[in-house]
Amino acid sequence: MGVLLRFGVVLASTAVLAGMAFYLQDYAMHPAVDYRYFKAYSFGLHHRDELLAGSARGNAAAVIQAGILLLIATPVARVVFAVVAFALERDRLYTAISIAVLAVLVFSLFHGT
Amino acid sequence: MTVLVFTLLVFAGSLSAGLLGALTGLGGGVVLVPLLTLVFHVDIRYAIGASLISVIATSSGAAAAYVREGFSSVRIGMFLEIATTLGALLGAYLAAKVPTRALAILFGGVLIYSAAVSWRSSRSKHVEAAIDNPSSDALKLSGSYPGPDGKQIKYKADRIPQGFAMMFGAGTLSGLLGIGSGAVKVLAMDRIMRIPFKVSTTTSNFMIGVTAAASAGIYLRRGYVDPGLAAPVMLGVLFGAVMGAKLLARARVSVLRTVFSFVVLALGIEMIVNGWLGKL
Repeated sequence: MGVLLRFGVVLASTAVLAGMAFYLQDYAMHPAVDYRYFKAYSFGLHHRDELLAGSARGNAAAVIQAGILLLIATPVARVVFAVVAFALERDRLYTAISIAVLAVLVFSLFHGT
Repeated sequence: MTVLVFTLLVFAGSLSAGLLGALTGLGGGVVLVPLLTLVFHVDIRYAIGASLISVIATSSGAAAAYVREGFSSVRIGMFLEIATTLGALLGAYLAAKVPTRALAILFGGVLIYSAAVSWRSSRSKHVEAAIDNPSSDALKLSGSYPGPDGKQIKYKADRIPQGFAMMFGAGTLSGLLGIGSGAVKVLAMDRIMRIPFKVSTTTSNFMIGVTAAASAGIYLRRGYVDPGLAAPVMLGVLFGAVMGAKLLARARVSVLRTVFSFVVLALGIEMIVNGWLGKL
């Protein structure tokens, strides 16, 4: 389980690092973005096709966003593993409890606003 | 300022936050948002977005180490995560409703509270572990951990409903402010539920990532996470935390904690003042 978490973080960080490298490659000498003003620009799992296509093209934002989604997937995968582990142990109570946690996570990732 | 300079500065700042957080065990997330808002003039929503992402990264990275030592309790963590994830949903939902000035003031309050807790924790006695609680056994929260002599020490969880409620609060804070709320989680487990300190801290570490993931989806959808900002923040904090973990053996933690408490206190006051004056 520790390996899974480490692997997830390393994978996600590699993607984010690559994306950041692409970003700097194209925009390093441009004036910095003014983060004082908030402009809502959303992305999420429902954008995954565009993110994959964008990443393939080397679109920096898409690569970073894909990396961030991978990062978020890491603790979620951890919970999935727990569900499986508890089910294999035949621990009904904790299989149910971990499924409940997973449900909250899935709800948040797919439906929450 | 160019994108390159800004990115490098944010990376460096985040690295320091991660380093200090790892060395003091207090979590870098707590200074990250003030750093981004007060120093880099980033809108607080972008700041909490970047902070939340870095919280997931460091939590998952750190948790990997602790699970191996046999201290953290997966059952306690999972059970309490029902409370924290639901709280995180509420917090993330509220973050859009609460005006940013109020967020800043609330954040300042949390910082001052953290400073007070870490100041006091260096001198407070540990609460005795609870002897017996049938609910703890029924919910399978009882367990054991390796003591200094290698023998397993048994423990039970006490005051479970209160601990659960406090975890809900910790989750709400996490979703509202983009922090890990590790301190609140440890408080709930250690002080309220009387779970041994080492079990509480290690379990809290792996819970933080799951709680943060619960509000992350909402943050992404609202556009709080900007790739150009979140990338150097996440990488910086991770790098700093790894460095901090390596230096930990040589560090004078109590001195660092005291310094950190004062820094956090100062940041808390500044956040409140700026939030009040509407400068954030």
